[in-house]
Amino acid sequence: MAKYIVRRLLQTIPVLIGVSILVFSLMHLIPGDAAQIMAGEAASEESVEQIREKLGLNKPKPVQYFNYVSNAIQGDLGNSIRSGRPVVDEIKGRFWVTAELAVYATILAVFLGLIAGIISAVRHYTWSDVSIMVVALFGLSMPNFWLGLLLIQWFAVGVDFLPIPDFLMMRPSGWGDSWRQILLPVITLGTSGAAIIARMTRASMLEVIDQDYIRTARAKGLSEKIVIYRHALKNALIPVVTVVGLEFGAFLGGAVITETIFAINGMGRLTIAAITERDFPVVQGTVLVISLLFVFVNMLVDISYRMLNKRIDLS
Amino acid sequence: MAKKELLKVEGLKQYFPIKGGLLGRTVNHVKAVDDITFTIHEGETVSIVGESGCGKSTTGRAILRLEEPTEGKVSFNDVDLTSLSLRQMRKHRKDLQIIFQDPYASINPRQTVSDILNEAMTIQNSVPPKKRRKRIIELLETVGLNEYQADRYPHEFSGGQRQRIGIARALAVNPKLIICDEAVSALDVSIQAQVLNLLEELQEEYNLTYLFISHDLGVVRHISDRVIVMYLGKIVEIGEKEEIFEKPKHPYTKALLSAIPVPDPTHKKTHIALKGDVPSPIDPPAGCRFHTRCPFAQDKCKQEEPLLKTHRIMDETHQAACHFVEEIENGELLPRDYEIKPILN
Amino acid sequence: METNVLEVHNLRTSFYTDDGEVKAVDGVSFTLPKGKTLGIVGESGSGKSITALSILQLLASNGKIIDGEIRFKGENLIGYSDRKMRDIRGNAISMIFQEPMTSLNPVFTIGQQISESLIKHQKLSKRDALLKSVDLLKLVGIPSPEARVRNYPYELSGGMRQRVMIAMALACDPEILIADEPTTALDVTIQAQILQLIKELQHRLGMSVVFITHDLGVVAETCDYVAVMYAGQVVEYSDVFTIFKEPKHPYTIGLLNSLPRHDMEQDKLEPIRGNVPNVRDMPIGCRFSPRCPAATDLCRAELPELSKDDKGNDVRCWIYSDNWDGEMEVNVYGEKRIAQGRGVKAVFSD
Ligand SMILES: Nc1ncnc2c1ncn2[C@@H]1O[C@H](COP(=O)(O)OP(=O)(O)OP(=O)(O)O)[C@@H](O)[C@H]1O
Ligand SMILES: Nc1ncnc2c1ncn2[C@@H]1O[C@H](COP(=O)(O)OP(=O)(O)OP(=O)(O)O)[C@@H](O)[C@H]1O
Ligand code: SF4
Ligand SMILES: [Mg+2]
Ligand SMILES: [Mg+2]
Repeated sequence: MAKYIVRRLLQTIPVLIGVSILVFSLMHLIPGDAAQIMAGEAASEESVEQIREKLGLNKPKPVQYFNYVSNAIQGDLGNSIRSGRPVVDEIKGRFWVTAELAVYATILAVFLGLIAGIISAVRHYTWSDVSIMVVALFGLSMPNFWLGLLLIQWFAVGVDFLPIPDFLMMRPSGWGDSWRQILLPVITLGTSGAAIIARMTRASMLEVIDQDYIRTARAKGLSEKIVIYRHALKNALIPVVTVVGLEFGAFLGGAVITETIFAINGMGRLTIAAITERDFPVVQGTVLVISLLFVFVNMLVDISYRMLNKRIDLS
Repeated sequence: MAKKELLKVEGLKQYFPIKGGLLGRTVNHVKAVDDITFTIHEGETVSIVGESGCGKSTTGRAILRLEEPTEGKVSFNDVDLTSLSLRQMRKHRKDLQIIFQDPYASINPRQTVSDILNEAMTIQNSVPPKKRRKRIIELLETVGLNEYQADRYPHEFSGGQRQRIGIARALAVNPKLIICDEAVSALDVSIQAQVLNLLEELQEEYNLTYLFISHDLGVVRHISDRVIVMYLGKIVEIGEKEEIFEKPKHPYTKALLSAIPVPDPTHKKTHIALKGDVPSPIDPPAGCRFHTRCPFAQDKCKQEEPLLKTHRIMDETHQAACHFVEEIENGELLPRDYEIKPILN
Repeated sequence: METNVLEVHNLRTSFYTDDGEVKAVDGVSFTLPKGKTLGIVGESGSGKSITALSILQLLASNGKIIDGEIRFKGENLIGYSDRKMRDIRGNAISMIFQEPMTSLNPVFTIGQQISESLIKHQKLSKRDALLKSVDLLKLVGIPSPEARVRNYPYELSGGMRQRVMIAMALACDPEILIADEPTTALDVTIQAQILQLIKELQHRLGMSVVFITHDLGVVAETCDYVAVMYAGQVVEYSDVFTIFKEPKHPYTIGLLNSLPRHDMEQDKLEPIRGNVPNVRDMPIGCRFSPRCPAATDLCRAELPELSKDDKGNDVRCWIYSDNWDGEMEVNVYGEKRIAQGRGVKAVFSD
């Protein structure tokens, strides 16, 4: 196992190099002169030159890349062009907001998804199975922004669950104190994940329930509850773990839309703002952080998959 | 009359690399087949028997070069197959055909029977296109199927019938040698008997040579002329069928034969129980590979590998790889108590 | 006087699928005297496993017992609530399955898996159950059982896993052990170990055993009574000597004649012609009639009952009824014998 973890860690190195090259080239993929674009149409020749200087764009590309990476490793992602503050500081405040959102959304998705999936599988082809699967299909096909707007319409405008003033009173660096404020964005973000996990759990449970060892468990005279929740579920969860990890990654990315709708000052919103303002160092920074997180979560998923699934340890 | 040697296998080795470590280097080998030598004469049926994983299928595949052998020489009709280029090899493939346990797995389910046979003939170009339809019908009749079945799909056939299709496909190119790898193992006895009889009739009619791979010793006794017994990648005994079944000399062959249940309730059996499982072919035991389970094993067996040879008390066509064939035969060496005695409290 | 621990009468089990009803078991009767071994033999798909699963009521959700009686020590199990059945499963009647590779749960240690039935049926504590598991592993001949209880199934070989399955089945001293092809997936030398083990344990613990197999050698070696199944029905039931020495049903005879033997020379096998009928398209009369060398119009028109012959053995064939007016030659292992029955006019040369 320890050997596997080391190997898995080493395997991330080429991925990290790839990610850094991609992020680095963001700056250079823009057609034309990056410095000019950042400075804006009307900028003077002088200020363009200044930006070029500041970003080191006048040096050869490999040198630029090397500098970028070595700075990044030391925690220096450059400075924001608009605010002049270090990108790392810009991101730091927003990161936890987004992370919190994604974590809550994941918890919601896992909780709802597992329960719905198990019920569906145990009562498959019954009325409850069909309705759960129809709802899940809706959850899957509903676009995030649409769901968010609907929720605002229902809960904030229609019912007095979350009055608009409260809703808009979020602090610039994060949430208000009320769990009500956090609820709607979490639902918006987590619904599709819940649907995916429900479908995955159902499929996986149905497959496991047909296995020989489930028959063995029944032949021992165990009650149906133990057979399902002890013998079947533990096996059925193995593929679901992978999906949960992927969903968490997707939530980080999906936060862009949710944060915009609910006016939450997270990384997603920061990225959007940076893109519209052509603040490339910040765009680079957020993309880099999200990618790294993705790689990291994937690694955790692989390792936990390995721990759950005793069989593949053999090879 | 000295029979013609059709297939000659000399010093054949097949090692499969095991990747491992941080960089996926080859850390070890599965010694699936480890230096085996035998010949098959024209028109003869030679069987390979042994427990699961002893290298039976690997031997068959290596002969056809479906997997490149690690070492050794395979000559067919005095042509060294191992030295041929793959293109030259393809020309010889039509002489050597193989039938598998599950014919369904090796045929395309979306092809009709006639497509399957047609394809076999096209690849080898063995029959001119105009005569193919006639030949297909001939083949189907040969294996006991009907003309109207030519345009059906494999899933419309039962297991026994599919195996007949597999045989027809092998026959389509007029082969000289057919390797049957567990070809009847998945069939029910009543159907298995039909297919065995068919194989025998075809052999007589077309002077076919069979290399018959099976773990079912009843089937092997029925169909073979000579038998090869393998254990952990090595040949431990080889000889005429009657010799192997009536006068087995290697302790493993004896144990194997005595382990098979006899379909006769009045039969009183003396059973040589073997302890434990077959060791791993990755790190086979030193000396005689059977010594970890052999009831006769001595110190010499742990150190020195016995040669496959004809011992003094054996028929000249019969060979066994055991240091103590004679001592065991004349009762000088007695088996240690090898019964499993579970403890009950 | 022998008592029967298990009596099955005219069991019928069907599956309801998208293409209609599948009569997987359609007329199975046999008795199992206490302490004896009953073999159930038959070709693939003849309904052996479904018979066993019906006894424990472990059928898939689309399967249903539609008729018959299953008497365990005189009491009919059909109609038992699931709760009452759970007290019987793994306790009074336990079962081992064909595939030792897939019949153990990969994510629990074998100790945990053996303990479960002990905790459930004998109300042992976790600790005591684990200790007893070690004893059971020792009983089935697994070396260093103290270490092995903590192993996961993937760490064991096929033969060892089947031993674990046996240990699990024996945990609560069952009165009946149902073994569904317990050795089919194993090598012969390992099969010999397992057969030996089951026999020894049966002797010591006084169990009765139902042994399902398609291997006639295994039947001859381990069973006292034999039920031969064909296309969902028992076609012959008698003691093991009768089955091998004086087989009655043409299918049983055909089966013995098709069997290649390793212990004697045979000139030519005599296969049964044709194929096993499709479950969805059974012949109207005797199910064996399309393949039977002795079939008459009566056979093709009407299904014979499973009825007793002179010696009290059961056979499902018109030959042994008063209505029979055909002729039948019997030939077992190349040796001509007379088929004996009530109305048989057996005609034989030499
Ligand atoms: N492609 C491969 N790579 C690695 N190992 C292999 C490969 N093919 C076979 N082996 C190993 O080689 C050994 C011999 O395998 P082989 O299939 O020849 O056995 P066999 O005698 O045909 O057994 P069986 O009766 O189960 O078919 C086994 O240990 C098997 O795991
Ligand atoms: N869940 C199911 N749904 C529909 N048909 C089924 C189901 N389970 C079994 N059957 C059918 O019931 C018949 C009897 O099956 P069974 O498993 O009892 O055969 P068997 O005698 O045990 O064969 P084998 O020797 O191959 O194990 C088969 O035709 C099978 O296709
Ligand atoms: S050489 Fe030794 S160990 Fe090998 S079979 Fe002969 S007696 Fe047994
Ligand atoms: Mg093989
Ligand atoms: Mg079965």
